[in-house]
Amino acid sequence: MRIGIPRESRPGETLVAATAKTAGQLAALGYDVVVEQGAGEAADQPDVAFTGAGITVVGADEVWASDVVVKVNAPTDAEVARLRPGATVISLMAPARSPELVERLAAQGVTGLAMDAVPRISRAQSMDVLSSMANVAGYRAVIEAAHEFGRLFTGQVTAAGKVPPARVFVVGAGVAGLAAIGAAGSLGAVVRAFDVRPEVAEQVESMGAQFVTVEMEQEVSSDGYAKEMTAEQEAATAAMYDEEARAADIVITTALIPGRPAPQLVSAETVAAMRPGSVVVDMAAANGGNVAATVKDERVVTANGVTVLGYTDLAGRLAAQTSQLYGTNVVNLLKLLTPHKNGVLTLDLDDVVQRGITVTLANDTGAETMWPPPPVQVSASSGASPAAAPAPAAVEKAPPDPRRRLYAAGLAAVVFLALATAAPAYFLPSLTVFVLAVVIGFYVIGNVHHALHTPLMSVTNAISGIIVVGAILQAPIDQPAIQVLAGIAVLLASINVFGGFMVTRRMLNMFQKG
Amino acid sequence: MVSFVTGAYILAALLFILALAGLSKHETARRGNQFGMAGMGLALVATLLLVLDRVTEYDSTAGWVGVGIILVAGTVGAVIGIRLARGVEMTGMPELIAMMHSFVGLAAVLVGYNTWIETARLGHGGDAVHDAEVFIGVFIGAVTFTGSVVANLKLSAKMKSAPLTLPGRHLLNLAILIGSVVLLVWFANVDGWVALAPLAIMTVLALVLGFHLVAAIGGGDMPVVVSMLNSYSGWAAAAAGFMLGNDLLIITGALVGSSGAILSYIMCRAMNRSFVSVIAGGFGSDGTVSGEARDYGEHREIQAAEVAELLAGASSVVITPGYGMAVAQAQYPVAEMTKRLREKGVDVRFGIHPVAGRLPGHMNVLLAEAKVPYDIVLEMDEINDDLPDTDVVLVIGANDTVNPAALEEPGSPIAGMPVLEVWNARDVIVFKRSMATGYAGVQNPLFFKDNTQMLFGDAKDKVNEIVAALG
Repeated sequence: MRIGIPRESRPGETLVAATAKTAGQLAALGYDVVVEQGAGEAADQPDVAFTGAGITVVGADEVWASDVVVKVNAPTDAEVARLRPGATVISLMAPARSPELVERLAAQGVTGLAMDAVPRISRAQSMDVLSSMANVAGYRAVIEAAHEFGRLFTGQVTAAGKVPPARVFVVGAGVAGLAAIGAAGSLGAVVRAFDVRPEVAEQVESMGAQFVTVEMEQEVSSDGYAKEMTAEQEAATAAMYDEEARAADIVITTALIPGRPAPQLVSAETVAAMRPGSVVVDMAAANGGNVAATVKDERVVTANGVTVLGYTDLAGRLAAQTSQLYGTNVVNLLKLLTPHKNGVLTLDLDDVVQRGITVTLANDTGAETMWPPPPVQVSASSGASPAAAPAPAAVEKAPPDPRRRLYAAGLAAVVFLALATAAPAYFLPSLTVFVLAVVIGFYVIGNVHHALHTPLMSVTNAISGIIVVGAILQAPIDQPAIQVLAGIAVLLASINVFGGFMVTRRMLNMFQKG
Repeated sequence: MVSFVTGAYILAALLFILALAGLSKHETARRGNQFGMAGMGLALVATLLLVLDRVTEYDSTAGWVGVGIILVAGTVGAVIGIRLARGVEMTGMPELIAMMHSFVGLAAVLVGYNTWIETARLGHGGDAVHDAEVFIGVFIGAVTFTGSVVANLKLSAKMKSAPLTLPGRHLLNLAILIGSVVLLVWFANVDGWVALAPLAIMTVLALVLGFHLVAAIGGGDMPVVVSMLNSYSGWAAAAAGFMLGNDLLIITGALVGSSGAILSYIMCRAMNRSFVSVIAGGFGSDGTVSGEARDYGEHREIQAAEVAELLAGASSVVITPGYGMAVAQAQYPVAEMTKRLREKGVDVRFGIHPVAGRLPGHMNVLLAEAKVPYDIVLEMDEINDDLPDTDVVLVIGANDTVNPAALEEPGSPIAGMPVLEVWNARDVIVFKRSMATGYAGVQNPLFFKDNTQMLFGDAKDKVNEIVAALG
């Protein structure tokens, strides 16, 4: 089958769906790969690079007539019309937000695979373009902010005075947020970050930032994305956003909710209260923005001198790198779709990854719409381990009648009292000691740390060698048989006493704190 | 003199309690052991003084011979014990502990016989309670003795670890118990040397019972068996205390007995099985489910070098060792690998299942021996919540303790047993010699999961290869 890599038609787009390297990898899967003239120019992938890798560079018509067309942006109406029925198109599609595109693909009779619909499960990470692009974009957001910011990021003490470090506040600790935290931190800024998912605090801290907490009830994400909050939670967080943003020099917002407009987190008043020269980078600008002042794709300077960047092409600004990553994601997807490496694309709709990305599916009569796919549960949730399957036998058992237990205890007490009354007097003090010692034993051992169970056993082993006392007392009795048996008993028990304590000591000396 | 000795015994008993209490925490464990030694030293010195006091008073030859016997036997025993303790490999701890239980059991039998001989020699029997004390002491001692010997043989692989399942084995055990009660009645009602008959017959029966009880329990239940025998050895000592009227023996025996019982209970809970079902034995052999042919899919293989690469790129690694690590003696290479990874900044921790190994806490001792800091060795409940955020889990010689079937398949023989949920991690590497099933004979669906890869071969060699590849 032939794979075509067209030149992106969106104005200003710098990315390309395959670099010379990844095109070569596609060819290795058995495909016949063609690239449109000039497709990779803006991403430092000139045509000669492709031809050098053994890839044919052709005209646009030939590319669009391919069996599989791989591109970055969603195909435009004109582009969809150029696809031949039965063909497959792979690109970013945002199918949840663009139903008209889904309809058009179905009408054209083509199979549409959305790169941005890869489920967030561990196995599909290698194809997750949103992650790889967000990673680059997060880095670039910091660079853009640094470019606008009229100060150093790192704090210094110089002969000309003290320079305080920049204070960066990152909202949303997804891939983009974490990348931004890492980049800002390595430039020397003091980074604080917030996410509505409390479970990411550890990741934030691992990147060297401080996690900002809000006192409120929180939910654990079940699908790997943050959820929109309830009204009370929102009020509590709004105050925090306001406070953090005012204190920060740079604010980078990355909050997205899948299939919905981005939540507005930073109000116009908050921006108005920020210091002049501060910079806000709104990475959610494409979906409406997290900041009130954001204008999509624009650089806005507010009345009080705060620069608000609404660039949506942050990843595209590092075109060579992003194209390489996107291309690798495409290669990984096609590896999955080409199990026999024979250049024949086969879709297995029982596989959650393949089912998840399939937006439309071509068939003999046209194409059917497959969106939306059934939900996929991500294993990333901690509390949601499969509730232990109830052991059938245990459930059926009715709880015993509490009265029966009481009667049994009463009966046992009566029997015991009867026996005790009949027992010789010398027996009872011993019994008292015995019963109390058993109780003490239960309480003392109940607290033992599990790691010390073996030393505990060897110590009790040594202690139970106390029977040597009994044997010692019998040894001097004037009866050869007793003396022989007692001697053997002393021997055995002292092996226990000495061996038990020694081995315990050896073991305990090994346990050491790191 | 007697008052002095009693006082010393009370102090010794207190020191023993402090010893056990001290062992509940790492920080105080060493001091606990020292308390135990001090208590034992005090008890021994006081007893010897008492004996010397009596012997000098009566000045009989037999008495001096007795003192000589005590000193010689005690010295020989001490030498043997210290040599055993010095020489034992940490992987051999279960065998050693089982063997020492058998010594206590045998000593209790001998002391019991001595007590009986002493009364029989005087031509009159004791009262019924005293007879019962002797009888029960010998019974428990004998069961402990053969049971521990079998446990030792099974643990040292000199005997097959598969459960011995005789037809009607529960009836056999019951018959021995009832028979022993009948013999007790006989024993209590005859005086003089005739009483040897019921005592001897009962001893033989108890020896058989001990053998049969433990022979019927499979290798994987050994942590329970060893702690159960620990408990028995304590009860045997307590019974000896009753027949001698010695409170120190009673207290110490009761402490040990209840401690062993608690440990057994903890182990059973960790396997989600009742104590009775473990003791009744035969687990895994009568499970028909295990034979069920089910297609779990295919497993994937991985090579040591790739594992090293995976580990070097990970930020958090959890190692879950099992009995296989002990068998392969892989704890030193594992510790070395842990050290290397930690130097590279990888967060390495250990997750220990309560019944991993053949002895309660077995894995902790092995890792401590190899100088793995104990604060990165966590128990199952502590680590399970962290596993979803873990990059790589290394399963070294564990099988049933990481089996998802315990949670997912209600019909599985190990259903409901709490397990280490390693499959929630990003990647799982299973070190295994082959695709054979674990002790419970249950297939492990973990091996066929998408994020699981198998590293076949001897765990020690493979870990060494990984250490070499890490450079």
